[in-house]
Amino acid sequence: MAETTVKYEKTKGLTDKPLSYCPGCTHGIVHKLVGEALVDLDILDKAIGVASVGCSVFSYEFFNCDAQQAPHGRACAEATGIKRVLPDNIVFTYQGDGDLASIGIAETIHAANRGENITVIFVNNAIYGMTGGQMAPTSLKGQKTTTSQDGRDTDWTGNPIKISEMLATIEGVAYIERVSVHDPKHYLKAKKAIKKAFQYQKEKKGFTLIEVVSTCPVNWGMKPVDAMKWLSKEMIPVFPLGVYKDKGDNHES
Amino acid sequence: MAKVLMKGNEAIALAAIKGGVDAFYGYPITPQNEVPEYLSKHLLANGKVFLQSESEVSAINMVYGAAGAGARVMTSSSSPGIALKQEGISYIAAAELPCLIVSVMRGGPGLGGIQPSQADYYQATRGGGNGDYSLIVYAPETIQEMVDTIKESFDIADYYRNPVMVLVDGLIGQMMESVDFDKPVKERFLPEKDWATTGTANHPGRRNVANSLEIDPVALEQKNIRLQEKYKLIKKNETRYEMVNFEEEPEYVIVAYGTMARICRSAIEMLAKDGINVGMIRPISILPFPDEAFDEIPKKAKGILCAELSMGQMLDDVLISNNGRHKVGFFGRSGGMVPDPEEIVDAIKNFSERVVK
Ligand SMILES: Cc1ncc(C[n+]2csc(CCOP(=O)(O)OP(=O)(O)O)c2C)c(N)n1
Ligand code: SF4
Ligand SMILES: [Mg+2]
Repeated sequence: MAETTVKYEKTKGLTDKPLSYCPGCTHGIVHKLVGEALVDLDILDKAIGVASVGCSVFSYEFFNCDAQQAPHGRACAEATGIKRVLPDNIVFTYQGDGDLASIGIAETIHAANRGENITVIFVNNAIYGMTGGQMAPTSLKGQKTTTSQDGRDTDWTGNPIKISEMLATIEGVAYIERVSVHDPKHYLKAKKAIKKAFQYQKEKKGFTLIEVVSTCPVNWGMKPVDAMKWLSKEMIPVFPLGVYKDKGDNHES
Repeated sequence: MAKVLMKGNEAIALAAIKGGVDAFYGYPITPQNEVPEYLSKHLLANGKVFLQSESEVSAINMVYGAAGAGARVMTSSSSPGIALKQEGISYIAAAELPCLIVSVMRGGPGLGGIQPSQADYYQATRGGGNGDYSLIVYAPETIQEMVDTIKESFDIADYYRNPVMVLVDGLIGQMMESVDFDKPVKERFLPEKDWATTGTANHPGRRNVANSLEIDPVALEQKNIRLQEKYKLIKKNETRYEMVNFEEEPEYVIVAYGTMARICRSAIEMLAKDGINVGMIRPISILPFPDEAFDEIPKKAKGILCAELSMGQMLDDVLISNNGRHKVGFFGRSGGMVPDPEEIVDAIKNFSERVVK
């Protein structure tokens, strides 16, 4: 009988609960990276995740650690409440762009400004996924959504808001990087970034945020592969990838 | 500690410290600013958490986080600020987490004014948050009663895993009275918070989750039924009220709480001198409302006067509790106007003009 060798195992950072995401959605990939980072850094049993309201609302069932589920937009406030009473635990939020960049922008900016020692995983898919594809503050100019059916009119509704760039101006921020998971090369960069953000939190460096430019094939009305292409061609020029702030030992901020 | 003379708002803060508060999150608003000011000094000096948030919305969600993490946590605010906290309060009640919310009422609606008022009875007891949730709301009359209540509130909140609100008006917040901070509170068996989200290292083999989402309608209805059972138990165990001047059958009965009850006490004495015997039901818990007290109103009583520093909010509960048995009249002032006892005396003497149709 041939011997079986384990080549790949699902990370212990995620539970066995089947993910609720649509096929081809990048939320699942980002979950895996977060779970792996928590395991790699040996902080899973100290971690408390804060789920937001969006397609990732059930993330409290997926991350294999303690969790709280926050009202829409309030994840950074809830995470602050936790972190201040449990400063030695690892606290992270997992938020969409509607949640973080629209209704919850005040909570996000002020958590950053306090240098709250938490990690924010910000999944920017330029749309309100969960509610059926309405325009988000991150939607691109001309992007068709259910509430901008002729394409986003930036004169009327403003331009895509750039969270990483904005937050990078804030003193209390330790690390901000915008990443993508649309191909293996970028996936590996994203993996490194997420791990580094948690590492910084472990070292009590301050506020860390990783913005993951993501897809929503269902509400974009595209096949998953086309969505990845659209992300690379249309989104990344508006949301350029890279490190926006790094207070780490080897970097100037 | 012997009795000390202290301002109401500072007494709120010190009572919370005596009650073992671990963390305070809040946003400035008149007329309760001495609460966070006092706590900012004393909590931080003792290694506890004080954090001024960017808004009341944020404050209540910080409370949610800390409560979920197992801390004794509170916030305080006033009318427009409590309005902003309602969403979070609903989530905290739904996630069955304990916390203390102190509400120091001012005149409304809108930005209203900053003078004392009881215009947030509905806000406290009916809430503005969504869903079939319920708080436990105490509305003390004196600073001593407020201090005792706040100290005990943390235990009550922990025991039932439910938010408690202590509701006072700006007058109680601003006045000075002598208080004993060391009166013992009722002993309760408080189980370990083994549900708190403190990291699985503290509870291996089990993930703790603080959550209010229940997507399955069958399960959500079951949860609501269970919550109602809890609220029933709270009503049975934690309803509080005082019957004033019921030794001899009262001719009239006043229903009043907080500052208005203080004014009515003076009015009752004045009326007694005029040979009119008036009793008072003073709800201390306004949620659960002490409807059982209304069974003690004599059949022959000529009427019930509901007196409030608002335009008729508790009146709903008085009408429900009275259940058509007696005539019900209403006296109310609002906007920060505080009546003299004479106005209550007059309202009783001319009760027929006060009767609510
Ligand atoms: C107070 C409140 N307003 C609105 C909603 C409805 N709502 C649920 S999810 C959502 C948008 C989520 O979009 P995003 O944060 O971008 O997450 P995605 O689903 O795209 O991952 C909205 C508006 C809500 N749940 N609560
Ligand atoms: S609706 Fe969009 S964001 Fe939500 S799970 Fe589906 S593909 Fe992902
Ligand atoms: Mg989105």
